[in-house]
Amino acid sequence: MTDMSESALKQASSLLLAPGGLDQASLDAGLGHAMGAGIDYADLFFQRTWHEMWVLEDGEVKDASYSIDGGVGVRALSGEKTGFAYSSQISADALAETGRTASGIARSGSRQAPQAVQAVAASARYAGIDPLSGLSAEDKIAMLKQADRVARAADPAVSQVSASLTGVHEVVLVCASDGTLAADIRPLVRLNVNVIVARDGRRERGSAGGGGRYAMSRLRDAGVATSYAREAVRQALVNLDAVAAPAGQMPVVLGSGWPGILLHEAVGHGLEGDFNRKGSSAFAGRLGEQVASRGVTVVDDATLADCRGSLTIDDEGTPGQYTPLIEDGILTGYMQDKLNARLMGMQPTGNARRESYAHVTMPRMTNTCMLAGNDDPEEIVKSVKRGLYAVSFGGGQVDITSGRFVFSASEAYLIEDGRITAPVKGATLIGNGPEAMSRVSMIGNDMALDTGIGVCGKEGQGVPVGVGQPTLKLDELTVGGTAS
Amino acid sequence: MSQAFDAAEQQSRLEERASQALALAAELGADACEVGASVDQGIGVGVRLGETESVELSRDQGIAVTVYVGQRKGNASSSDASDASLRAVVEKAIAIARHTGEDPAAGLADAALMATELPDLDLHHPWALDTDAAIELALRCEQAGRERAGITNSEGASLSSTEAVTVYANSHGFLGSRRGTRHSLSCLLIAGSGERMQRDHDFTTARRASDLASPEQVGISAAERTLRRLDARRPRTGRFPVLFAPEMARGLVGNLLNSIAGGALYRESSFLCDQLGATLFPEWFSLGEHPRERGGLASAAFDGDGVATRDNVFIDQGRLASYMLSAYSARRLGLHTTGNAGGARNVRIQAPTTELAALMRQMGTGVMVTEMMGQGLNPVTGDYSRGAAGFWIENGEISHPVEEFTVAGNLREMFAALQGVGDDIDRRGSVHTGSWLVDGMTLAGQ
Repeated sequence: MTDMSESALKQASSLLLAPGGLDQASLDAGLGHAMGAGIDYADLFFQRTWHEMWVLEDGEVKDASYSIDGGVGVRALSGEKTGFAYSSQISADALAETGRTASGIARSGSRQAPQAVQAVAASARYAGIDPLSGLSAEDKIAMLKQADRVARAADPAVSQVSASLTGVHEVVLVCASDGTLAADIRPLVRLNVNVIVARDGRRERGSAGGGGRYAMSRLRDAGVATSYAREAVRQALVNLDAVAAPAGQMPVVLGSGWPGILLHEAVGHGLEGDFNRKGSSAFAGRLGEQVASRGVTVVDDATLADCRGSLTIDDEGTPGQYTPLIEDGILTGYMQDKLNARLMGMQPTGNARRESYAHVTMPRMTNTCMLAGNDDPEEIVKSVKRGLYAVSFGGGQVDITSGRFVFSASEAYLIEDGRITAPVKGATLIGNGPEAMSRVSMIGNDMALDTGIGVCGKEGQGVPVGVGQPTLKLDELTVGGTAS
Repeated sequence: MSQAFDAAEQQSRLEERASQALALAAELGADACEVGASVDQGIGVGVRLGETESVELSRDQGIAVTVYVGQRKGNASSSDASDASLRAVVEKAIAIARHTGEDPAAGLADAALMATELPDLDLHHPWALDTDAAIELALRCEQAGRERAGITNSEGASLSSTEAVTVYANSHGFLGSRRGTRHSLSCLLIAGSGERMQRDHDFTTARRASDLASPEQVGISAAERTLRRLDARRPRTGRFPVLFAPEMARGLVGNLLNSIAGGALYRESSFLCDQLGATLFPEWFSLGEHPRERGGLASAAFDGDGVATRDNVFIDQGRLASYMLSAYSARRLGLHTTGNAGGARNVRIQAPTTELAALMRQMGTGVMVTEMMGQGLNPVTGDYSRGAAGFWIENGEISHPVEEFTVAGNLREMFAALQGVGDDIDRRGSVHTGSWLVDGMTLAGQ
């Protein structure tokens, strides 16, 4: 066990357990309540979050908010069944009541005693700090005003600038009947800039942002207010000149970094353990098969230092991991939580996540990336006679059963005779996950991570995620524009 | 396994809490204050392949305080209901208001606009449902669907029942509260196998359990919706009319409402900025809201500012007759609030409706869209491009299922190209509408 885990456990205990008078004996008692007849696993998830947001509009920070949430979620598993209850009070009474309620999922069977807990050893993937402290309110406001000044000075066409700074200080502690005891202090910060530009009766938008699991002061020291403001204006101006996007099938080149949401939608969700256990994913039962072009290697990597999707431990206390999903085109792994791993006879991969104590865990992505290939990004563009070059996206969605996915470009260009030419209006790209992956024909040597802006939604629960990829060429994808 | 939930008791507890928060804010130096507090409790069960899969009991609560110190504003909220936490929340809100900039538009809505009549809108119909009974209903639902030939797998059926109490109070002396219930049953099934696999779902939702569709109806409909998607092909690329099924048409109404919402307008992030009075739709089309409808899914006598809600007409004979404004966004735009803090409530379309079959005949050849994917809308320009699935219509009749294509256009042009509204009105949401036939959209398929 590393020092970091020890200090996280100590901090989490004093922030989460001590105020309600709880100690290890109370946790054991709580697990005892949840391990009713027929229950084969139970866990207690304690959480407290401090969330802060500052919003600038019209050159002033006129709105700001602060919230404190917390509680305990108790889960009891019996075979494929899950009983779940939670309380915003952290007390021995609340543990008893939620534990009994959750264990009601099974009515009969033998009673198993929880195993003696042992602290989980995990390497810290980020500093266990409170990211909100360390910068004064004045400093935070100054960052946003800086973004406003830079954006307005960048071009006379800029008519609206809004910027926001958010920070979350999350403290969790997990105690489970399999002996798991783990805690994590998770910082998360983000700065975003949105601009509207207007010229000759046309109006367009642009946005940029980013962050990660570190202190707010790092955003200031890195000067992101300036760089994101410039980037947002640049993107908006590009879109102001955009022509209608083409409609139909054509080669598509995706830029590096954030376009990795292609992987998140086309591949990632379909490789989450729950969908594969239930056989409802287009990738179900295909382990060992070729599901992508040779050269395509996709991993889910919770271990990247300080990244938005990284996890020192997941929400079941399993250490965050580097999980290969597709290696050289062959499907080699799924993302698992404890429930689905056990039912599929596999190992948990540290992908159990939940939006909060009031939500149940599911297998979820962390940072999902395609590893670099050997192609020069310029050569990739040159190889396309007529196609689309898409560098930024709004968001996407997938139907994991049929494999169909979409994602919507927010900055894209035509490629004509191997050259990037006119910017085109945002178009939705649509394809089929396994099919699209087999049409990857060139992989750049420029792997990049996104700047830290992703939120993934699944069954109504949102969690922060990261994506990354090199420049990629897909030989054919459907582009949903309006021009013929 | 049900927990006791006395809505009347919760309501008076929250009202007292809100009053305490207002008093604390005044004591700590706020010039004005508003408080929102809520508590809800629910049960959710899931079954899959004939077995119970999950049982979830939920109880959420929260209090959110906004204070004004002069023209400066601060917000703070917490899920902790203790006295100490309430004080901390108010103190934090005031601390924030010391740092935020002056905003001439900040402040409560005018006192004269506060709702004075708070009629019972018949929104609270608790369902005395224990876990076993809930599981039984979900099992019946999934079973009915799985009995259909061709259904090969299931993501299960789920039933949820929630009771909620919300309170809003402000330092004008306004204090309003409401209780409501919501019950839902849904089923998601899978047909086919391997690369041929398809999924679809259906659901029913209502404030009264007796208004829900039967479990069997939902299961069978989910099965039929899934089966009809098998062997979908990709349509050809080109310009075609598109028939948006009611659930999709509801999304278009949502796009319209978002584009006439005050926040989008003063941020210049709507394609309908400065368009009040402009003709957007054909003359036969009007659209408005009825917030005080008894039993409506979105009914409320007061909005998020405490302002009395009223019937609003947003589209009057094709023209944009009113924006949708809160007190704040109205001040930003130099207009008056329309009682829409928190959005539109119970939106209804006033237009002649056409039988769905006749609408299909009118369309001739094109695509009926029953599902859309992705965000695909640029609200600033109205440019629209979304992933879709549905049915190819040839000579007015359904020919075959289609998938993996996009429908694209511009909302402004799509609204103007509305050819007709179907009589197949879907009443499961806050917006009621039938199918929409829109001419001249671009399909990208193969």
